[in-house]
Amino acid sequence: MVRLFARLRDIAGAADLARDVPAGSTAADVWRALVAEFPEMARYDSSISTAVNADYAKMTTTLSDNDEIAFLPPVSGG
Amino acid sequence: MRAVAVTSDRLELEPLVCLVADGGGHGAIASFVGTVRDHNLNRRVTHLEYEAYEPLAMKALEQIVAEAGAQWPGIRVAVHHRTGHLAIGDASIVIAAASAHRGNAFAACRYVIERVKQIVPIWKHEFFEGGEVWIEGATANPTDDAARLEAVRRACA
Repeated sequence: MVRLFARLRDIAGAADLARDVPAGSTAADVWRALVAEFPEMARYDSSISTAVNADYAKMTTTLSDNDEIAFLPPVSGG
Repeated sequence: MRAVAVTSDRLELEPLVCLVADGGGHGAIASFVGTVRDHNLNRRVTHLEYEAYEPLAMKALEQIVAEAGAQWPGIRVAVHHRTGHLAIGDASIVIAAASAHRGNAFAACRYVIERVKQIVPIWKHEFFEGGEVWIEGATANPTDDAARLEAVRRACA
């Protein structure tokens, strides 16, 4: 499952997306597929963070079955 | 009550002060309350909506508390962040830090808010007269030591 937040959620029109990805896919692969689907997300290429199963992860992280991957635009808490 | 929380409930500072005071004897307690401003970049703000990736936000807050403990041994820190609809003047974050001396208490308090803005997955959706915008600050990278050291520098400025 792909989880999206803030502006990314608005662009996709959904907080959660179910997407099948090929075995061995990385977080970056999932991101590229998302950008292909939602070109407006491209402007976040250099500013997103990612998390796998609610832990911060690198874009090079390889995903496993049933992983939850989240893409996080720049944060603005406080 | 836990030292860290992400909640849609109204925030109160006093319970955090009591938590870090832990019966007293520390010498200094500093606190910070962040509230919703009625203007931003020449826009008249009507309200904010905060969104969080809660499980990760909790972990990030716990990391910040642990970092403060490593930076200022003996410090006791608590931080609660609010989510959902916030009106002008509402508290979005409350922080309390207890230490033997005021310097470390103030510094740790400042450190926590600086670090929250760097690495906690929470987003501010600003609604203003004439529109709305997602505020976007820092790209969250909890292992970026340069960012952490910048927070220490600001805390001790």
